[in-house]
Amino acid sequence: MNKIKCQCGHDNPFGTVLCESCGRPLTEEAKKSKLVDMRYEGSSRRSQTYKRSIIDKIWNFFSSVKIGVSIIVAVLATSAIGTIFPQKLYVPFTAEADIAAYYERLYGFAGVVYYKLGFHDMYSSWWFKILVGMLGTSIIIASVDRVIPLYKSLKKQRTKRHISFMKRQRIYGEGPSDNPDEALTKAEEKLKALKYNVKTEDGAILAEKGRFSRWGPYVNHTGLIIFLLGVLLRGLPGFYVDETMWIREGEMRAIPGAPGYYLESHQFILENYTKEEAEDVFGEALERVGMIPKNYQTDVTLYKTKDGLPGTADLEKVEDYSIIVNKPLKFSGYNVFQMDYRLDELKAMTFQLTDKASAGSLGEFTVNLVNPEKTYDLGNGARVDLLDYYPDYDGIENGEPVSKSPLPNNPAFIFKMVTAEKPEGEKSFVAIRQTLETEENNYKVNFLSAETRNISGLTIRKDKTLYILLLGGIIFMIGVAQGSYWNHRRIWIQKGTDGELLVAAHTNKNWFSLRKEIDKVKDFAQLPNYEDRKDPESNSQKEGDKA
Amino acid sequence: MELASLSANLLLISFIAYLVATLFFGGAVKGAKSEATYQNNRWGTIGIAITIIGFVSQVGYFITRWIASGHAPVSNMFEFTTAFGMMLVGAFILLFFIYRTPSLGLFALPIAIIIIGYASMFPREITPLIPALKSYWLTIHVITAALGEAILAISAVAGVVYLLKNVDMTKKSKERFWLEAVVFTLILVVGFIVSSTTFKVTGYEAAFTYVDQNEKPAQMVYHYPPLFGMHQYEALTPGAMEPWAEMPAVINAKTLTTFVWSVGTGIVIYLLMRLIYRRPIAMMFQSFAKKANSQLMDEIGYRSVLIGFPVFTLGALIFAMIWAHEAWSRFWGWDPKEVWALITWLFYAAFLHLRLSRDWEGKKSAWLAVIGFIIIMFNLIAVNLIIAGLHSYA
Ligand code: HEM
Repeated sequence: MNKIKCQCGHDNPFGTVLCESCGRPLTEEAKKSKLVDMRYEGSSRRSQTYKRSIIDKIWNFFSSVKIGVSIIVAVLATSAIGTIFPQKLYVPFTAEADIAAYYERLYGFAGVVYYKLGFHDMYSSWWFKILVGMLGTSIIIASVDRVIPLYKSLKKQRTKRHISFMKRQRIYGEGPSDNPDEALTKAEEKLKALKYNVKTEDGAILAEKGRFSRWGPYVNHTGLIIFLLGVLLRGLPGFYVDETMWIREGEMRAIPGAPGYYLESHQFILENYTKEEAEDVFGEALERVGMIPKNYQTDVTLYKTKDGLPGTADLEKVEDYSIIVNKPLKFSGYNVFQMDYRLDELKAMTFQLTDKASAGSLGEFTVNLVNPEKTYDLGNGARVDLLDYYPDYDGIENGEPVSKSPLPNNPAFIFKMVTAEKPEGEKSFVAIRQTLETEENNYKVNFLSAETRNISGLTIRKDKTLYILLLGGIIFMIGVAQGSYWNHRRIWIQKGTDGELLVAAHTNKNWFSLRKEIDKVKDFAQLPNYEDRKDPESNSQKEGDKA
Repeated sequence: MELASLSANLLLISFIAYLVATLFFGGAVKGAKSEATYQNNRWGTIGIAITIIGFVSQVGYFITRWIASGHAPVSNMFEFTTAFGMMLVGAFILLFFIYRTPSLGLFALPIAIIIIGYASMFPREITPLIPALKSYWLTIHVITAALGEAILAISAVAGVVYLLKNVDMTKKSKERFWLEAVVFTLILVVGFIVSSTTFKVTGYEAAFTYVDQNEKPAQMVYHYPPLFGMHQYEALTPGAMEPWAEMPAVINAKTLTTFVWSVGTGIVIYLLMRLIYRRPIAMMFQSFAKKANSQLMDEIGYRSVLIGFPVFTLGALIFAMIWAHEAWSRFWGWDPKEVWALITWLFYAAFLHLRLSRDWEGKKSAWLAVIGFIIIMFNLIAVNLIIAGLHSYA
């Protein structure tokens, strides 16, 4: 495309509104308007210049701030809908049918609609992902569309601007001066004291500060894009591990998701706040709410196989650690968190073999409920054989006892009691609070005591993208701080043709603060009065003050 | 206990100081001819001095309570909301020193007073921390997020001043209606404070058993006469009022009861005010906003979003993610409270982008600021009380 040549001699790219160098308006529209549109310095942007091909249209769509805001609002609205009822993640069921029933039971018809529309799993739905994707695209395209032209025109600006540029600024003033040269020198001095970068050229001053704040949005958008990329990466294998494990006290297990590592649990501890320790300060609250937990903790030892081979044969101890909420066990990129617990799972039961008639004991034996033995020799010719074991006894089906699960929640046993008196043995079915005999026995097995232990629920996480996310976050913060806490201010002062002075100023935000600074310069250097053309209230007040 | 009562007294002092300072800012605005002359007005100077005394006293409350309980006092509704009120005053002081406008104080302080009053309606005793809340990151996260929200809230205060000044209240219009609605909402909060205090003073209590969401038996104590009963409730307190209706398990009938009482009281107060004043209540406040400069209020509104947005991002998103990662092993869990923080953040991002185009200055921008404040309050109050998630307090 052709270049646009300005009267000042500068070649501007096609589509430029204000000459990059002297600021003269170049389009008919800009020439007619009273105030110049200073956004992106009137530079040529692709989205404003090319509008024909499909690619142009897509480009223009995504670079529009209106569209950008619409996408942001769409993400906002969908996110809000997702909070009306709990998300699938927080429903205490896993089977789809149960989940559907849960929504129906608790929320009635609205719950059914919510479930059917897929709002119960909003944040992993394809439309939510597409919206976030569009957001990312829009940020990238809108930034690229603007940043390069903006950079070019800010770099090329001339100190001396054309009068038509000055006159169209929001803040503008002109007036006679007794000694314009002295005013300029004094203004320069004051502006420097106010930490402006001052450039002079042939009776003109350009004072500028905070230009770097103009890059803030682009820096923060870069941060956002890095963050979104990090989120995208978690979909790839190897970047992200998320597993859970249940481990009993005294047990050693391979850590799921972390090949070669083993964990041994020594103890799970649950502590509540006690009245004594907290009487003065917390007494009132404990009184009202009852028990308040103070600590969940699993004491573990971490092991590693020596040569990375699977199998527990060759374990090397890595460390002892207490996993507490908020204090995960960390090793080579993995974190193991305390997430859940179950108290008092049965571990072993102790029984006594007794003679029904005399109630005398023939001895005691202990059954390990996870790994029971077949026979228990009580001496003196007495012996108990464990014929069958049902860890989670659930009644009798078709004449056979059945077990619901391999967990020892409700253990039941069939014992054979062998004694000197009954060498061929007597059979007895023993469950909690229940004993069945096929025929009347002489001996019985009595329950004496049980040993229990706690189980810890742990979560294993590895997240290689965390550092990418953190980097994105840091860059974003630098960018927003840069763009929000600093402003780009420019003040132009120059001599007119008849020895009068012209003052114009522009800032990208916070005009009041800019005006305060100009006032300081004005008072010091006797500059002409100026007007903020968008704040008639203050201008009239100033005149009122003078009167 | 010594320290705890000292702490309570400091809070009371700050509350009174804010009330007095409001009067002085009122005097500053009344006495001045225009924005230009009142900038260095004596009343305004005294007003800000008293505000600072109140603020320092409240910081004293915060620190002594921290020492007494051994953890940052932001762990339940009372503590968090009080801290939010404190930071609102802090944010106002900051903006006062940038722009020196008493009009802002005249509206910001009453809002802070209402917020602290609201906070005091919740159980005020010091609570020990449950394990998930024991983390430095949590403390940093909550304090920074509250600070960000407080600075953002100032933009709504500036927005209200702008609207009171620029909306024509003599003619019927949508804007007049909504402005009156904003004032009405504030009166509802006052209604909550009044009704809650009344029943607290009379020591009302009614206990019930009921069946909860997971079909387990549970107990509940009402401090208001129960208008609505919990799911399959049975009264334990003899002589207590019989609820009008029983609610399904998903609805917390106690919260609903409190809500209806507050709204009822608020409506009565509002109607009384209308009867006496005989005009929209917003008009009553309009005269206080007359002397504010519109451009200045617009700039304060925008500036406080600019200052607050980065702080909010850091506190409510970045620190929150770091903490969530430490405590729950994932940095983001789509918990309602998290989602609403994200919504707030997206909303203010949209605000900043809309400000890039010129026609979103002035009234539109002021309305946006008010909506932003509503979102923040929704997250603070409704999400905690209604959509209970992992974060729900007390
Ligand atoms: C959640 C996502 C986004 C966030 C948090 C964000 C954040 C920001 C912030 C803080 C600013 C600076 C505003 C100011 O200083 O006044 C900004 C400017 C900007 N943003 Fe975004 N943005 C987001 C998405 C987008 C999207 C989708 C677009 C697409 C159109 C976009 C286009 C722009 C533009 C054009 C600017 C002005 C640049 C300039 O002044 O040179 N942003 N953004």
